[in-house]
Formats: sequence, structure tokens, C-alpha cells
Amino acid sequence: MKKLYALLAIPTVCSLAFAASLVSDPLPPKQQAWSFEGVFGTYDRGALQRGFQVYKEVCSACHSMNMVAFHDLAAPGGPGFTEAQAKVIASSYKIPAEPNDRGEIFDQNGNRLTRPGALADHFPPPFPNEQAARMANGGALPPDLSLIIKARQGGPNYVYSIITGFHQKPPHGFVVQQGKYYNPYFAGRNISMPPPLAQNSVSFSDGTPATVENEAKAVVTFLSWASEPQLEARHSVGFQVLAFLLVLAGVLFLSYRRIWHGKPVDQSSVRNTPGTGPETH
Amino acid sequence: MAGHSTYVPATGLTRWLDKRLPIIRLVNDSFVTFPAPRNLNFWYTFGGILAFMLGIQILTGIVLAMHYVPNSDLAFSSVEQRIMREVNYGWLIRYIHANGASMFFLAVYIHMFRGLYYGSYKAPRELLWILGVFIYLLMVATAFFGYVLPWGQMSFWGATVITSLFSAIDQIIPHLGTAITTWLWGDFAVGDATLNRFFSLHYLMPFVIAGVVGLHIWALHVPGNNNPLGIDPKGPQDMVPFHPYYTVKDLFYLVLFLIFYMAFVFYAPNFFGNPDNYIQANPLVTPPDIVPEWYLLPFYAMLRSVPQKLLGVMVMGGALATLLFIPWLDSSKVRSCRFRPLMKQLFWIFAADCVLLGYCGSQTADAAWNIAGVDLPLVWVARLATLYYFAFFWVLMPWIGKIERTTPLPESIAQSVLNKGRA
Repeated sequence: MKKLYALLAIPTVCSLAFAASLVSDPLPPKQQAWSFEGVFGTYDRGALQRGFQVYKEVCSACHSMNMVAFHDLAAPGGPGFTEAQAKVIASSYKIPAEPNDRGEIFDQNGNRLTRPGALADHFPPPFPNEQAARMANGGALPPDLSLIIKARQGGPNYVYSIITGFHQKPPHGFVVQQGKYYNPYFAGRNISMPPPLAQNSVSFSDGTPATVENEAKAVVTFLSWASEPQLEARHSVGFQVLAFLLVLAGVLFLSYRRIWHGKPVDQSSVRNTPGTGPETH
Repeated sequence: MAGHSTYVPATGLTRWLDKRLPIIRLVNDSFVTFPAPRNLNFWYTFGGILAFMLGIQILTGIVLAMHYVPNSDLAFSSVEQRIMREVNYGWLIRYIHANGASMFFLAVYIHMFRGLYYGSYKAPRELLWILGVFIYLLMVATAFFGYVLPWGQMSFWGATVITSLFSAIDQIIPHLGTAITTWLWGDFAVGDATLNRFFSLHYLMPFVIAGVVGLHIWALHVPGNNNPLGIDPKGPQDMVPFHPYYTVKDLFYLVLFLIFYMAFVFYAPNFFGNPDNYIQANPLVTPPDIVPEWYLLPFYAMLRSVPQKLLGVMVMGGALATLLFIPWLDSSKVRSCRFRPLMKQLFWIFAADCVLLGYCGSQTADAAWNIAGVDLPLVWVARLATLYYFAFFWVLMPWIGKIERTTPLPESIAQSVLNKGRA
């Protein structure tokens, strides 16, 4: 009998050991409602513009977004800036200049020559190379944000959960590593990114209160657009395509029923590719 | 092809052409007057759907290749930036192509299971089945090469894992496996040379598939279609001409299939994808879980269920090779499972077994089912499922055919169809 109890104890102990290892497993992302979900989903323009502001004033200090160009800001389905506004935004960035007429890319003091950004330019990265980015971030590499929403399981909910998931008490016995922060939504729960957002990190010109949740919601909307700038076109083309296919299926179904209504049973009709008629039997 | 031609050219031009290149006669005899059994059901529409999918993949693939750059530094951005953001409707073409691969495999699996259920591999259609298996193997290779091209993390690590399987040969002949792997890579690691040759092969193989599809259709048109009853047609009363009967039926179901397909393209384009493939390939960072696309998961589960690498590769290869022998493994005189009560059940268990294997392949290597407090490691589930996969073909098929009491076959297709109509 003692032996039997011992046998029963094995899975219990195993499952306890298993439970202990779960402390570092990430929590499932918080589920949020997003305007761009569903068949008719579109991006919330206000959130896109506010999100751009959060990206520009907060995220872009460490994160690049190499695949997005300034002209995208004025493209259909995007944040809805006018071309003039996008030009002003572009020109506020300093882009490493092409060689000048004398073939120089550095000025007399050895500084890199720059020029104001143009619509065709992409967002410039905050660091010149990976090593510089790691050096400035305690050895960690802030990922490029161009595709971040599509590159993470859970998409917008995951990114939202990460950037709002700080300032929580680690469970008893959990060790927060030196130079890292506790974030229960991150794999391993030790994240190198410091809490990026705080109350009033930015000041929204449209009067939206700059709470952490509002900032996060806005920047995640913006990043979703950056990952999938054609989403609105995709949703509207898809609706037209499916509507057309449904009508076509209906017409084909009627043809199908009509043609099969009088299945031929004799050789002559096989030869002559007959039309329809009553079944002869 | 089968039977004598009934085509009569009606105009001077077609008479002239018919004497020199009877191509209209060929099309007429193959797709217009071609007699098909009158009782083909929904499951027989997938042949046409597959031909359509091959066409879609080739067309979208040709356009994608115009913008794609097969270079390990540029491939990722040529897809994610140029095709997805800059090329007009590039996102649409890419999503049609990527989801098209999944739809192509979905259709081919339905087509294969249909063939298994109705005994379409049995005499005189053995070669038809074998050509189909070759098409499937070519599809697997093409899909694998294609998945590598976007050069995301899963592309790169999938390519590394699969090509490294050849190094298992080292266990038989030392260094040979490594030499083969190096030769496949064109380098000492998966890199630029590998990407370039995979692109070349990915472009080539669809045309090889198209060629074998031609043979497949030829081999179909000589004996003619099998049918859900699995009995040979007795005469013209059992048949209808392909056009308009099956053209309209195939078209209707093709459009239903397209609705399903386009729903994914437009509303869940990344459903079948892996988020890790939106991260550029990085040889220095291994993803925590390297998983193949869903359509290869059953074979991946078999590979992983064997603890010894070479044996695992052999089991996986054996599972594919087994398909070639099916025409001679089945000992039953009756084709269709409709009249094989025992085989019908074993068939459905087999279908469920394949889904179970796919599920096992999708889970992490250390996953387990907790049944009443006892952990059942999934690797053991996969082992049992692999065992059934092989037993189904190599033990049950030859044996059941000998002992099974089949139910009586109808006298003819026409009789069965008309009786059903009357009832």
C-alpha cells in the first residue's frame, strides 16, 4: 500500500515541479477591441495620428522603423496627413546627406553632413548600426518596428500588453535580473526595455487624455498600420471579390441544376452533348 | 483518348488544322465529349480545383519573381517592403500565392483521401495513382523551396533543419551525409548560395509538376474515371459527356472553393503563417520552436517521434514512399469503401490518425496530455499514430481485403442512380 501511495506521489511531485517552472512563462495577452478588426475594419485616423506622435516622441528614441517612408503618412488608408503635412514632418528629420559636389560626406569638424528629410525618405534609424544600438541599451537590441505587430504571436494585443504590462509585483521567488524589468507578458518575464510610457509622456493636441492606456492604444494602432499599411484596401477589395464570387456561385448553381435536371441515358445524347430535357427511362 | 473520336471539324479552317495538328480534336475528346460516369460526386471536383490552383500559383509566382531579389541581404526587404508596400497590389499577389500553397495542399489531401476511399488506385489505375504521388512529392519540394524565399526566421531555420536531415547518412557512411549537405547548401552553412538555388528550383518545379499533371490526366483518360460505386461502367447509359455536365459541376464547386480561399486571402491572410517569418533571417538566433507549415506537420511528427535521427528520417521517407505501393497492398476485389464495411471504419480511423499526427507535429517537443492526473507525453501519442499509419497500409490493407465480407455491388451505375432518384 505504501508503495502504491509512492507511485501516486510521483505525478503529483512532477506536476508541482512543472507548476514552479511556470512562473517565468508569459501570461496570455490582454484582449482589446481594435477598430481595424473584422470584415469592415478600418484604422482610427485619430489614433493613427496620436500613435505617430507617441512613436516619434517616445519609441523612435531606440526603435527603428526602416520600411516606412514619409510619403506613407499621406497615403490612402494611412494616418491621413496631407502631403504638405507629411513634407513638414519629413523635413524635421535629419537624413545623412549624399556626397556633396566636392565628394565630401563630412564637414570640416568631421561631423556627418545631413540634409532635411524628403517624402521619399524612410524614417531614419536612431542608431547607425546594431553594435551602437546594443551599446546604448545594455546589450539588448531594440527590434525594428516596421513589422512588429505581424512578427509577434498575439499581434496588437501582445504589443499592447507588453507596453502596458510594467509596474507589476513579481510573484514570490521570481528573480528580476540586473538591468531588466519585470513584465509578465514577455517570454521569461525579464525584459530589457524600460517602461516606455507614463502618464503625460506626450501631450495630445486633440485633447485626448494622455493616459498610459490611451498612449498604448494609439501607438499600437499606428504600429498595426505600419505592419499592414494596405489593410483598408484589402478589406474593401475583399468585400467586392467575395460579393462577386457569391453571385457567380448562385448563377453557376442555377446552371448546374438546370443542366443536370435532364441527365441523358442513351448513347446518342452522349455523342451530341445534349442540352436539357426530361429524363427518359 | 479513350474510345474513338467523335469530333467532326465544321469549317474549312478547322478541317485544315485537323489534318495537320488535331489539337481541337484532342481538347474536344478530352474535355467536351469525354464520357464520364454519371455518378461522380462533390469529392471528384477537386481534380479540377487542383489544376486551377497550379495555374494560380504559376501566374502569381511569375509576377512575384519580377520583384523578388534572391539575395540573403535583400530577399526579406524585397518581399516585405517592395512587394508588400510598393508594388501595386503586390500585397494581394503575395497573399494569394502564400495562402494558395495552403489551399493547394488542402485540395490535394482531399483528392488523395477521396482516391483512397473509393479505391481509385486499383487496377487499371495504378499508374494514375503513382503519377499522383509523384505530383504530391514535387509539391512538397516546391512548397519547401518557396517557404525559404522570404528569408524570415522560419524560412532560414526550416531550410537548415530539413537540409541537415541528409547529414544522418553519416551514420551509415561517415562524412558522406555532411558532404551531401554541404553540396546542397553550396556553402558550409545555409546562405546566399542556398537561397539562390532554392529560388531557381522553386521557379523550375511547378513546370515539372505541370508536365506530370499532363501525364496524370492522360493516365486518367485511358481507363476513364473511377466513381463512388467503384464499379466499371457497363455502357453509355452509365455515362454523361464531360461537357456540360462536369464542366458546370466543377465550376460551381471551384467557385465555392474560391470563396473559402479568398476569405483567408482578404480577412485572415496570415492565418496559416508563422509570426517568426516576419522577422528577418538571423543565423545567430534560433527560434524557440521550429515548425514546418501545417501541411507537413504529420510527417514532422513522425520524424520527431523516433529518437534516432537516421531512423527518424527513414520513417518519414518510408511514410511517403509507402504511398507508391498502395495499388498492390490492397488485396480487396472491391474498390469502393461504400461496400467495404470494415475498411470504411479503418479508413476513417486512418484519416483521424493523420489529423492527430498533424496535431502532434504542431506541439512543442516536450508537450504532454494530462489524462486523469497522468502525463502522456505527445511523443508517445505520435509513436502510436505513426504505428497505425504504417500498419494501415502494410498490415490492414492486405489482410482486411482477404477476410472482409463486402456488401453486394449494384448491377450498374445507371441502375444505382435511377433507383436512388426513385426512392
